[in-house]
Amino acid sequence: MKHVTTLNSANLKSSAVHGGCGECQTSCQSACKTSCTVANQKCENAQN
Amino acid sequence: MIHKFKQLGMNIVMDVYSGAVHIADDVMYDMLDCIFEPFTPESECPEYVKQAMGDKYSDEEIDECYAEICSLYRAGQLFSEDTYEQFAKNWNKGSIVKALCLHIAHDCNLRCKYCFADTGEFHGGRSLMSAETGKKAIDFVIANSGNRRNIEIDYFGGEPTMNFEAVKEITDYAREQGEKHGKNFRFTITTNGILLNDDIMKYINENMSNVVLSIDGTKETNDRVRRRVDGSGSYDAIVPKFQKLAESRNQNNYYVRGTFTAYNLDFAKDVLHLADLGFKQTSVEPVVAPYDEDYALKPEHVDKICAEYDKLCEEYVKRYDEGRGFNFFHFMVDLDQGPCAIKRLSGCGAGHEYLAVAPSGDIYPCHQFVGNEDYKMGNVYDGTLNEGIRSEFERSNVYTKEKCKDCFAKFYCSGGCSANAYNFNGDINKPYELGCEFQKKRLECAIAIEAHKKLG
Repeated sequence: MKHVTTLNSANLKSSAVHGGCGECQTSCQSACKTSCTVANQKCENAQN
Repeated sequence: MIHKFKQLGMNIVMDVYSGAVHIADDVMYDMLDCIFEPFTPESECPEYVKQAMGDKYSDEEIDECYAEICSLYRAGQLFSEDTYEQFAKNWNKGSIVKALCLHIAHDCNLRCKYCFADTGEFHGGRSLMSAETGKKAIDFVIANSGNRRNIEIDYFGGEPTMNFEAVKEITDYAREQGEKHGKNFRFTITTNGILLNDDIMKYINENMSNVVLSIDGTKETNDRVRRRVDGSGSYDAIVPKFQKLAESRNQNNYYVRGTFTAYNLDFAKDVLHLADLGFKQTSVEPVVAPYDEDYALKPEHVDKICAEYDKLCEEYVKRYDEGRGFNFFHFMVDLDQGPCAIKRLSGCGAGHEYLAVAPSGDIYPCHQFVGNEDYKMGNVYDGTLNEGIRSEFERSNVYTKEKCKDCFAKFYCSGGCSANAYNFNGDINKPYELGCEFQKKRLECAIAIEAHKKLG
């Protein structure tokens, strides 16, 4: 592509099918205690 | 849905439903203003698009660019459709409890002006959690965690080091019970640092997977708000101890964590000060407070705060490029291995996966609800949970929040903090709008930073 660079594999939709195992941390466990920050967490399911 | 913005000199395009992030040149960035959803690819660039583009670009560039947009669409990376609503409609998480926030001490040796915990009391008087209550909480989470192996325990307060013997006893008990029941406990502690000493640091390093160290930034910023009972500041006492602890953890698995208020709208300097002190893991967050407090952030502060995030973003990548980078919690985003869509739909887990336990053993949806009698869910001594409250939180997701419908950030914040929504709008499904504005700006910065790192 000449006009665009795509940065990631964009796997959100497939993760909806395979996801939801629940092994990830709850979001407030790290540093935030007053805001909900989810997207900086790691997925803990090796299949995704 | 797409969202486009300029940050760090790049044209950034997010495709919300696929999670794709693109860096576009000017031709594509402008063309995306001329194309509307739902998008239907055509064999040639439609005339109305060409007309809307004017004479800024050649016909060849326009045709080429349109073809690339069609390719991205076909690859599911642009104008992708919302296919998540079906998950939200059939929402049946069957949640298990996987984390507890233990309020080890409803007491504090600081009197921070903005404390949501009412300077440690949580509106219920000063008290300490007994080791016995803590052990009951451990029994409770083991009994309610289903097949999940990893369980998180967060020692919180008030100030948990004011009741550190209980912390030790509960930790020992959790490890012992964990072995019996096939559970792996991971511990976190949040402290203001006043009582930290070598023994406590050693214990923390040996037992806690994460430690959150509270400090707001420069001495002036910190000591204006984070004061001792006698009114004196805390900065001088805590900084050397925090530096020592951070180094002893190899600058990993900890955060120095501050709060900014209307008193320091120029908070980028406070974040950079923490980095200058040598801290590699930082977090400084906006205070959440009723508008009638003089330190509260208000809608008229949004522009200034967003400009401050921009400033911090620029300095952040500059330091990264110079090999002296640091992490700022709210600028961290994982574009490749981030949480799955289900996690992004459901959010922090408060009220069903994550619960807070007060010194009395009373259970609340999260630390921010502690002391709110309407949201008391049960007690660890009887082991029951109020199903009405639990299911209210479990059902809540991005699609139960009308305000999130058209928001590009919804899969990054998951609809925001339930406690903030409740405190400002009386409903966990009505997000706190000021928080949304900050979240959106931080997300733009975070994505730009990742783009900068990937593209060099």
